[in-house]
Amino acid sequence: MVNVYASIIPEANAVFDVEKIRTDFPILDISVGDKPLVYLDNAASSQMPRQVMDQLIHYQTTQHANINRAVHYLSEVATMEYEKARRKVQQFVNAREDREIIFTSGTTDSINLVMHGYGRKFIKAGDEIILTTLEHHSNIVPWQMLAEEKGAIIRVVPINDAGELDIETYEKLFNERTKFVGLIHVSNALGTINPIKSLISFARQHDVPVLIDGAQAAPHMAIDVQDLDCDFYVFSAHKLCGPTGIGMLYGKSSLLETMQPFKGGGDMIASVTFEKTTYAAIPHKFEAGTPPIAGAIGFGAAIDYLNSIGIEHIAAYEHELLNYATHCMMEIKGAKIIGTAAHKTAVLSFTLDGIHPHDIGTILNEDGIAVRTGHHCAQPVMEHFKVPATSRASFAFYNTKSEVEALIAGIRNVQKVFL
Amino acid sequence: MMNSKSLYQEVILDHNRKPRNYGTLDNPSHHATGHNPLCGDRLDIALHMQDDQINHIAFHGESCAICKASASMMTAAVKGKTRADTEILIQEFRDMATGKLDPAQPNHLGRLTVFSGIRDLPTRVKCAILPWHTLHAALNALTSVSTETDDDPMQAASVND
Repeated sequence: MVNVYASIIPEANAVFDVEKIRTDFPILDISVGDKPLVYLDNAASSQMPRQVMDQLIHYQTTQHANINRAVHYLSEVATMEYEKARRKVQQFVNAREDREIIFTSGTTDSINLVMHGYGRKFIKAGDEIILTTLEHHSNIVPWQMLAEEKGAIIRVVPINDAGELDIETYEKLFNERTKFVGLIHVSNALGTINPIKSLISFARQHDVPVLIDGAQAAPHMAIDVQDLDCDFYVFSAHKLCGPTGIGMLYGKSSLLETMQPFKGGGDMIASVTFEKTTYAAIPHKFEAGTPPIAGAIGFGAAIDYLNSIGIEHIAAYEHELLNYATHCMMEIKGAKIIGTAAHKTAVLSFTLDGIHPHDIGTILNEDGIAVRTGHHCAQPVMEHFKVPATSRASFAFYNTKSEVEALIAGIRNVQKVFL
Repeated sequence: MMNSKSLYQEVILDHNRKPRNYGTLDNPSHHATGHNPLCGDRLDIALHMQDDQINHIAFHGESCAICKASASMMTAAVKGKTRADTEILIQEFRDMATGKLDPAQPNHLGRLTVFSGIRDLPTRVKCAILPWHTLHAALNALTSVSTETDDDPMQAASVND
């Protein structure tokens, strides 16, 4: 997927001015102690550009009221802006209709919505759910809760030592009891880009619905849910330069309509009496209570921002950063890259011989370098590689080659401390 | 802003490289296993008590340098001490790590004050405390403790309080 962009990298370079982009991100100018910040924890959360902050301030200073309720001016403006954000998300993933986009609090919330709304209604005792070793805990735990409640069974697709899915086993896991598939698009721990289009197409042949966890994919590559033909696609805004507390669920309208609501409350009903409540049409059926209106508008602004740069330029530039970082890392004696899939986003998980990841993280922090250390909420992945934890540098389009060099120097310094 | 290099001082690096009392004991009178599920660290502590005194103590496990050095220095410090004196040391170390005890105040910690910088690294406090936590459990006949459970005897010392 990423290598498709290899041919356009020279052109991308011509238009991709990283120093200019960095001026959009005020936080990149801060210091940690006496060292400039080198922020390489973008897979956990990305930073917010001024354009998104400005939009949030504009909304809060001139447009805020509760939505879908009053007839007054502000309520109508706020409702309009909120629905405009929904259409931006719709276009971002190329969904057929805007009512197929549900605002949630984030990826985890979206998956839980599908588990409750679809899983609890349609999954029964003895049914099988296929997940993969690469899943983030947020696409494991909800399904385990469902399996326990219903007596369903979870089947797991293994990975190879490069961190790629074992497609042959995936296909063999399907049988007449298979009722749901949950797939991570891009591994948060390793950066592996899974060939989800063909995996979805295989599930489609067995008439099994597929949920794609796109938390680590949406910020880095173009998403087309119609082309993918997935049933559900989920991600969070805060990993693509938007605010925390807001995310999305795309679902095919035919499926969303058959699902039961997740949360009950205001805004999700057509009518309520103590005898019977009828639910609102989608998407409102799944948006009980006052949603994070400002969050949704910030989400929309973040999408505008990414589009202004061009997601293909972002992908190409990040791929270049990954290649450079990988090359530099391979020259460090005692360093081991965990996750060497042929297709990766700009995530570099690594271990250093004889040095615990938490010590690496703490000493890198002294140099102003922010990486994530730990199991990355992906303990099955750690188990496969027989490591308790890794250090992970994850790059965004506002990172630079000199920041890669700072990381490499920082790692050499860590090794020196433990010599 | 803290200086984590002051944390990774030579004494800590030395105990990490050559941990004292590393290994196992035959027929320990007390033992416990400590877990930090957030980072996967795991530590076993075994000791022999005679006449209310710690005669022998050993530890082993998988952990970061901070945890291993803390365990190594702890075992050296409590060997030969009574249960009561050990509990005082556990309390003081915990208070120092969480910033409640100023190492400039009178205390029994001695060279263990090398860990005082950990107070500025909230995510690492549990690494330094885990051995002490586990020793406390061993002395109180709890066979297994975790830094993340409600019955965690050290929970009051967590970074969230």
